[in-house]
Amino acid sequence: MIEVKGLVKTYGNKHAVDGITFTVKRGEILGFLGPNGAGKSTTMKMITGFIRPDAGTATVGGIDVAVDPVGVKRQLGYLPESAPAYPEMTVEEFLRFIAEIRGFRETSEKRARVEHVLGLTHLASVRTQTIETLSKGYKQRVGFAQALIHNPPALVLDEPTDGLDPNQKNEVRTLIRNMAAEKAVILSTHILEEVEAICTRVIIIASGRIVADETPSALRARQPGARLDEIFRALTT
Amino acid sequence: MSQIRPLFKREFLGYFRSPVAYVFLIAFLLISVSLAFSRYGNFFKAGTASLETYFLFFPWLFMFIVPAVGMRLWSEEKRSGTVELLLTLPVTTLEAVLGKFLAGWAFLTLAVLLSFPMALTVAFLGDPDWGIIASTYLGAILMAGAYLGICALTSALTKNQVISFILSLAACAMLVFLGLSSFTTTLESFLPVGIADVVSNFSFVTHFDAFTKGIVDPKDVAFFLSLIGFTLFLNVVALER
Repeated sequence: MIEVKGLVKTYGNKHAVDGITFTVKRGEILGFLGPNGAGKSTTMKMITGFIRPDAGTATVGGIDVAVDPVGVKRQLGYLPESAPAYPEMTVEEFLRFIAEIRGFRETSEKRARVEHVLGLTHLASVRTQTIETLSKGYKQRVGFAQALIHNPPALVLDEPTDGLDPNQKNEVRTLIRNMAAEKAVILSTHILEEVEAICTRVIIIASGRIVADETPSALRARQPGARLDEIFRALTT
Repeated sequence: MSQIRPLFKREFLGYFRSPVAYVFLIAFLLISVSLAFSRYGNFFKAGTASLETYFLFFPWLFMFIVPAVGMRLWSEEKRSGTVELLLTLPVTTLEAVLGKFLAGWAFLTLAVLLSFPMALTVAFLGDPDWGIIASTYLGAILMAGAYLGICALTSALTKNQVISFILSLAACAMLVFLGLSSFTTTLESFLPVGIADVVSNFSFVTHFDAFTKGIVDPKDVAFFLSLIGFTLFLNVVALER
């Protein structure tokens, strides 16, 4: 579903992303792991068409993002880092805007979509509140709802559980796991337990390069008995 | 292009979701009307039933007031990170640029049209030439669009609204000053008259003047429209680089 081949992005003389290649099939949840500044967000931004790669290709559902960016954007649900949203809009207004731009123009259809994601992300109680008045956990959920509104076949989530309390984290993970069966999901995180909890595969990147691409259990088997963060540290330093 | 509608709607209503719109509209009407009635405008002393003294200050007023509307168009999105959301929705950069620009332009048009009590006042006091009033309104709206094009462009260059405001103020001021006679005389002192003429032709004042006299010259309309087109093109380039 999502195919990345030899992606490169350079800022000045720093290689933010240096030749990354991987594929994500439907039903897979790929955990994207790495220290801060390793190139996780940059890779995601290139897949979603927000920034242009210097070399390499990214395709979603067979469409090259460089050739038909809008076609790719139609198939993707994207939660950018820290879930940006228009602060002066209410949750409902914001989601209605997203639904409309996602092509749901009929009032009844639009309403059904908005109601569906409001229920899915437990936002119904704050629907008439402006986004600027929401707590971080709620804002994150608004970002999540926005990414799910068109039931996309591919999801790219940049740190979806960042800033949430343990209960909310658990809730978001359950949500991701429940819908992953028919979607291709990429999520970035630096919480190692999260990877073990929900990911079917894990990619660790350091300084823009992939240093590990395997299942969470294979990662654990690298150093039997060691804690995951020890393995992570050994790979990324 | 059907994607422009939701973008336009969000942006236009966005002005009214915060106090910005109300503060802007009230300030704009208050300043423009008081300038007309001031001793510089001489609205009453002029003794004619026309809005000439009211619109006289528009190129100057727009210089400050349009950047206030335009500075947030892209800077705000860049600062808050929503630009990443917006440009990963299924819209082309051109659609996003047009949606935002048209919303801002519609808002400025609303501000200009809300001055209609001035037109009613002159109609009450005398017998104005409605053709001139209509052409002046058309000119003012076109000029507002050209100003806004510049402001949208500078706004796309930075995530800092203050920098965006000052850049667009400087650019707009230049386009106003180019048309002043004192400025053109200075230009003519060291440039051939032909070149000075060309330069002053880029001024907003030169092109707006004709509208206030009731002349809708296709050349003036084309000037404002092509300036809008050019700045929006650069706006797309600035966002895609």
